[in-house]
Amino acid sequence: MFYDISLYSSLAIFALGFLYKVSTWFALKPSVDSKTIPPAQRVASALKGIISTVASPKILTLIKVFLLDIVLQRKVLKEDALRWSAHLLLYGGFMLLVLMHALDKVITAALFADYSSTINPFMFLRDLFGLFMVVGVCLAVYRRFILRAPRLTTTPRDSYALLLLALVMVSGFLLEGTKIGSYSRYQGMAREYAGLEEEEEMKPLTAFWVANFGTVAPDLKEPFEAELLEAGREIHEMSCAGCHSRPQWAFGGYSVASVSRGIALGLDRAGIPTLLWYLHFLACFMGLAYLPFSKFFHIITSPLSLLANSVMDRRVSEPANIATRQALELDACMHCGQCTSRCSVGIVFEQRANVNILPSERMQSLKGVVWGRHGDEEELRLLFDGAYLCTNCHRCTDVCPAGINLEELWFTVREELFQRHYPEFLALSPLSFYRGLMRQDIAEGDYREALVRTREAVTSGYELLKAQDRPIELAATERELSTGLLFSDQARTFRGCFGCQTCTNVCPVVANYENPKEILGMLPHQIMYAAGLGIRDLAFGSGMLWDCVTCYQCQEQCPQGVKVTEVLYELKNLAIHHGQERQRFKG
Amino acid sequence: MKGALFLGCTIPARLPQYESSSRAVLGRLGVELVDIREFNCCGYPLRNTDLKAALLCAARNLALAERENLDMVVLCKCGFGMLKHAHHRIKDDTLLREDINRRLTKEGLEVSADTEVKHLLSVLYHDVGVDTIREQITRPYGELKIATHYGCHALRPSEILHFDDPVNPTLFDTLVEATGAESIHWQARLDCCGAPLLGSNDDLSMDLTEKKLASAQQAGADYLCVGCPYCHIQFDTVQRMIHRERGRNHLLPPILYPQLLGLSLGIDREMLGLGMNQIDITSVEKFLSA
Repeated sequence: MFYDISLYSSLAIFALGFLYKVSTWFALKPSVDSKTIPPAQRVASALKGIISTVASPKILTLIKVFLLDIVLQRKVLKEDALRWSAHLLLYGGFMLLVLMHALDKVITAALFADYSSTINPFMFLRDLFGLFMVVGVCLAVYRRFILRAPRLTTTPRDSYALLLLALVMVSGFLLEGTKIGSYSRYQGMAREYAGLEEEEEMKPLTAFWVANFGTVAPDLKEPFEAELLEAGREIHEMSCAGCHSRPQWAFGGYSVASVSRGIALGLDRAGIPTLLWYLHFLACFMGLAYLPFSKFFHIITSPLSLLANSVMDRRVSEPANIATRQALELDACMHCGQCTSRCSVGIVFEQRANVNILPSERMQSLKGVVWGRHGDEEELRLLFDGAYLCTNCHRCTDVCPAGINLEELWFTVREELFQRHYPEFLALSPLSFYRGLMRQDIAEGDYREALVRTREAVTSGYELLKAQDRPIELAATERELSTGLLFSDQARTFRGCFGCQTCTNVCPVVANYENPKEILGMLPHQIMYAAGLGIRDLAFGSGMLWDCVTCYQCQEQCPQGVKVTEVLYELKNLAIHHGQERQRFKG
Repeated sequence: MKGALFLGCTIPARLPQYESSSRAVLGRLGVELVDIREFNCCGYPLRNTDLKAALLCAARNLALAERENLDMVVLCKCGFGMLKHAHHRIKDDTLLREDINRRLTKEGLEVSADTEVKHLLSVLYHDVGVDTIREQITRPYGELKIATHYGCHALRPSEILHFDDPVNPTLFDTLVEATGAESIHWQARLDCCGAPLLGSNDDLSMDLTEKKLASAQQAGADYLCVGCPYCHIQFDTVQRMIHRERGRNHLLPPILYPQLLGLSLGIDREMLGLGMNQIDITSVEKFLSA
C-alpha cells in the first residue's frame, strides 16, 4: 500500500515535472529574435521540423548520432577515457538495472517465462550491474573531489545526484546482504515454497541453507552431520533449487552477508531488512520524482540536443525551432565541465575572478537569466564580461557531449545583453573580430548602436577634451600615471617624449582622416605628452586610444625610444579598468 | 627541425586550410610537428583590456612547449607577436615570472622562457632554408606577380621580434621568389591590414584594408600573399564585405603562403584547401609550369 502510494505519487510528480519542463522549451525566449514568436507557433514548427526530418535522408544522420554519440558516447571517449569509463559504467549499469530489475515485472518477466529475481543469470547480473554503478560513482567522485582538474567546479546539484545514486546502490546491496542472512526471510520461503511449517521439520533444510546459503539461524550452527545435510539437500533440490541459485552469485550482497554474519540475527529481529527495503525503494522513487528537476534530466535532454544539433543549421533552420532548441539546450547541460577544460581562455579565470569566463559556469548563469532568475545588474554585467571574454574558437562546442551549440548560445547572449543597453568594454578589442564577421546576422542599427554606446561609456567622465578653451587645472593630474605605477617598465618610457610628432606622422590611423583631431581627439604624440604630465583625462577621453590598430609603427620609429604602442595598451587597460569600476559603482 | 605547432583560436575555427596547407608543406620539407592539445588562447585579443591576463595566457602556452622541450611554430602573426612579447617580458622580469608561475603551478606548469617562439615563415627561411625549398620545387611559377603582406606583429617591435629588418624586410619576398613567382615592390606593404579594428570600428578597419588592396593592385599584383589568419580573413572575407557594402571591388585575392608554396612543391590541391578561400584562388594553378 505504502509502496504503491509512493510509487504513484512519484510517478505523478515525474510526469508533471516532465511536462512542465517540456513546455518551457517552447515558452522560454533565449534570443532576441525569438521574442515575437508565440509558443503555439513554436510547437507547430517543431512538429513540422521533426516530421520532415525523420522522413528525409537526414534520418541516417540521426541513426548515426544515436549509435555513436548517444549510446557509445564517442565525444566523451575522445576527451577523457576516465570520464568515459565512469559514465558508461554509470549509465550502462543504471539502464540495465532499470530494465531488468526495477521493471522486472513488466519487462524481464515478459521476456523470460521462468524469471525469478533469485535465480541466475538474473541474480548475478543484478549485482554485476550494481557493481558497474558503484565503480562509476566512485570514479565520478574521484574525478570531482580528488583528481580535481583545473577549473572544474562541483555544484550542489552535482553532489546531490551522486549522493542519491550512492544511496540507491548502498541500500540495495545492504538490503540484499541482510536478506541473505535473514532467518525470518528464510522461514517465509521455506513455508511458502517447501510447505514446511514446524521448525523441527525445517531442520534439515535449515542446516543445508546455513551451511551453503549464508542463512544465520538462531540455534543451528555448523558443523552438521552429513546425514542431516543430505536430507536438507533433497528438500532443497525438490522445492528450492528451481528458483533460487546459490547466493554467492549475488557477490555484492553475499559479501555484505559474510561480513555481517555475527550480527545477522540481531539485524533480522530488529527488522532491518524491511527498513532497508523502504530506504531502497524510497530512494529510487525520490530519484524518479526529482529527475525532471535534477541533472539526471540530461538522460532525456542530452540525446535530444545531440539529435537536434546534428540536423539543424542556424542559417537554414526556422528561427522558431532555433529558439526551441536553445531552450532545450539549457536543460541538456549536465555540468560535466568538458567545455571548461577545453576552453581557450579558461586560464584567464586565474587572473580575473569571474566564473562566467568558464563556459560550464556561464551556462549556469545563463539559465538563471533566461528563467528570469537573475539577481542584480552586477550579475548580468559579470555574465556579459564572461561571455565577451571568448575567442569563438569553437572548442567548447566541439567537445560538448550533449552536442550543445555553445558558441551560438554565447553569440545569442551577447547580443541579448547589448540589447538591454549594457556597454561592454571588452568589445573595444580584437575580441570583437568575430562579431564583425557575423554582422550580417545582427540588425545594422543594433550592431552599431552597441559599439557607440560602449565608446561613450568608456570615454564618459573625461570632459577635459571638450573644454579646450579652459586652462588645465593642476588638480587633474594623476599620480598613478606620472609616478609610473603602470604595469610594465616599457610603458614608463613616455617620460622621454619631447613632442617631435614622429609617432603621429607615421600613424596610419591619423593619416586616414583629413581632420584627425576632430575624429580622434588627441593624437599619439599628444597622448604621450599628456601621460608625461600625468593628465589622465586628456588621454582617456581620446578616441585615438580605441582606434589604435597596434601596428607599432609609432614605437618602431620613435627617436626617443618611447614605447608608444605599449603606453597606449596600458592606457587602454587603465581606462577600461576605471570604466568597469564606474559601471559597478552605478550598478 | 622539430617544433610544437601553435594554431591559436582563429585557424581551427575559421581557417582550417591554413592548418592543413602548413602541415602539408612542413611535412614535405622535413619539419616534424608535435601537437599540444592543451594550448590555449595566445593572449593577443586580451591585450587592450587586460595585459596581465594576456601574459598569463601566453605564458601557459610557453610553459606547455617548454614541458616538451620544444620550440613553438606559430602560424599567426598576432599570436607570434604576443608570444614573443610575453617571452621577452618573462625572461626579463623576475617578479612577473614568479607571479605567473604562482598561477601556473596549480596545474603543474612552470615557465622560464627557455625555448624559442618562431613564426612559420622564419622556420621555412632559417630552419629549412631557402636552398632546400628551391631544390624541392617541382613546378615553379612563371609570370606570377605576388604582393607580400608582412604583417605588423611579425615585424614590429623589431627589438623584441627579430623577425626581419623592420624598414626593409626581405625574408618573405625571398620565400615567395623561391617558388618562381615575382615578388613586386608596393608602397603599402608594411602597413596594417585593418583586422585589429574589425568589430570595434569597421569603417576605419575597412578603410585601411582598402588602402592596402588598392596599393597592391596598383603595383600590378595578381595575388596578395599572407602568413596570418587575421590578415587573411581581412583580405578575404572582409574584402567581400567591402564589395557588398561599399560597392568597391578590388579584385585582389589573398593566398596563404603555404598554399602558394605547396602547389609549386606539387602537393595536392585538396590538402592545401585551395577551394576553401572565400575569394577564389584556383586560377593560380594556371601560372604553374607544366
